[in-house]
Amino acid sequence: MSMQEFLHMGGYGFYVWTSYGLWALVMVLNLYFSRAREKNIYRKLKQRIQ
Amino acid sequence: MYKWIHQFGSPKYFYDVSFRVSFWCGVVCVIFLLAGLYGGLVLAPADYQQGDSFRIIYIHVPSAWMSMFVYMVMAVSGGISLIWRIKVNEVIARSAAPLGASFTFLALATGSLWGKPMWGAWWVWDARLTSELILLFLYLGYMALVSAFEDRRTGARAGAILALVGVVNIPIIHYSVEWWNTLHQGPTVTKFSSPSIHTSMLIPLLLMWIGFMCYFFSVLMIRARAEILEYEANASWVRDLVNQSAKRRSI
Repeated sequence: MSMQEFLHMGGYGFYVWTSYGLWALVMVLNLYFSRAREKNIYRKLKQRIQ
Repeated sequence: MYKWIHQFGSPKYFYDVSFRVSFWCGVVCVIFLLAGLYGGLVLAPADYQQGDSFRIIYIHVPSAWMSMFVYMVMAVSGGISLIWRIKVNEVIARSAAPLGASFTFLALATGSLWGKPMWGAWWVWDARLTSELILLFLYLGYMALVSAFEDRRTGARAGAILALVGVVNIPIIHYSVEWWNTLHQGPTVTKFSSPSIHTSMLIPLLLMWIGFMCYFFSVLMIRARAEILEYEANASWVRDLVNQSAKRRSI
């Protein structure tokens, strides 16, 4: 199977890759914002105590 | 056993354990997702009816399963917090909501991207799709309600009641394809008889599902940690933790 064939997905490339892309985006953003929130709260606590 | 369960009710204990849980779940998540993606996108053969478009199943079905599972986590945890007023359960319930909403959104969006080439429509007002959309609104309603209160604990209690009432939607989603005549295909995996999906297609699906589960628990712990710090901002253990953290943890 060639790379091009793989990306083409038998003509359904747009639907398949949009799905997978959207999924990856949502997963990464969820992780990123959760971590950012944790760090943010931690920083605030630190400032308040010091 | 009771003591073992009991200590999870302590915010400090939960906070400490959450680091290990989020780390190891994250590791397992990456392994299973990579294996699942390889199996689903490369190894599994194209479907004889749907061609390669069926590969959306590896995102769509685990997302849909998770959308319901996370809701149950949220509702049960909310219920426990209502009865026993355990802070950790409030924290878990409100931390689960955005994740559940994300999975519900993914299930709807990927379903739409699958429906267009297969059914010829992005959206139909069919029982399965409509009840899943209601689930998304339940999550969003919960998040709005919980954050509308000045007092965190009152908000969590109000949210828990909403979540418990909304549980009625979960069996409706699950059985919608059997109760109503719908465009959505019937269950192929969760049947009492053996699943009507070939093993080479089923295994990647199960791998993806485990990956999704671990992802959920990993990020849930991260979110819960942030919430616990907010809840317990005035507790002495949080103050001690922040004071001596610089050298131990690089958050």
